[in-house]
Amino acid sequence: MKVRVFVSLKNGVLDPQGRAIHHAIEGLGIHGVNDVRAGKMIELDVEPSVTDEQLETMCKQLLANMVIENYRIERQAA
Amino acid sequence: MSAFRSAVITFPGSNCDRDMAVAVEQVCGGEVLRVWHGDAQLPDRLDFIALPGGFSYGDYLRSGAMAARSPIMQAVVEAANKGVPVLGVCNGFQVLTESGLLPGALLRNAGMNFVCREVSLTVENNQSLFTAGYSAGQQITIPVAHHDGNYFADAATLDRLEGEGRVAFRYAEEVNGSARQIAGVLNAAGNVLGMMPHPERMIEQAQGGSDGRALFESLVRGLVAA
Repeated sequence: MKVRVFVSLKNGVLDPQGRAIHHAIEGLGIHGVNDVRAGKMIELDVEPSVTDEQLETMCKQLLANMVIENYRIERQAA
Repeated sequence: MSAFRSAVITFPGSNCDRDMAVAVEQVCGGEVLRVWHGDAQLPDRLDFIALPGGFSYGDYLRSGAMAARSPIMQAVVEAANKGVPVLGVCNGFQVLTESGLLPGALLRNAGMNFVCREVSLTVENNQSLFTAGYSAGQQITIPVAHHDGNYFADAATLDRLEGEGRVAFRYAEEVNGSARQIAGVLNAAGNVLGMMPHPERMIEQAQGGSDGRALFESLVRGLVAA
């Protein structure tokens, strides 16, 4: 089963990478983009035996740094 | 007193471990043991543990994230909790925050650029194990070389760090966007210090200055006094 974990910076945490991307978008001549926040997506292929609780543990203890990041787990339908 | 006995941890991708070992050897003397990240145990009777700079595990996931979960770090956390002095410089600081030994996190530099130059620091706390050799408010020059040195913690944590005298060093100039220009922080017990600047690169005049020397001298004096 595919599981996707989306990790994003918390609100209020400066995202210089997002800001640089924003500038680059403006450089394309496209206007109207108000803000850009960059994050990461981690895709896992897991056995059905892996529990939600174990996924939460992975996120809290490794995939996201809870001081600065939030995460969202998305289980893909088989 | 027996000779000063220290360990420098090397992770895959560490690149300041040798500089650190040389600095500790020259200033603290005694025996400097080199320890690999995959080791599950530290040598016994350590007076000091150093986590060096570099790009452990290629900065995969987040700077310091993988190293913080390596086998040796469990032993380092245990030793730190028993009071063994632990210094993390640059990537070592990132490893310390990722392992939970120090609060906060180190984000990408606000200016997006890798910053590699000498910076002015102010010694904020000269009462610690690591900083007793400096005078309070002293300005020192130490080089930085990092991409992720932008110290972040929530306002309550920052207030607590400042209130408890746990800000060891502050940048005396804008460097990387760090909250309240914090360059180095101590844990509550005062035996763990993380800092982005590299004191091990300022040990003798041949390196352009020796402002880093007092940090290592402080450790030896602290041990003799203890």
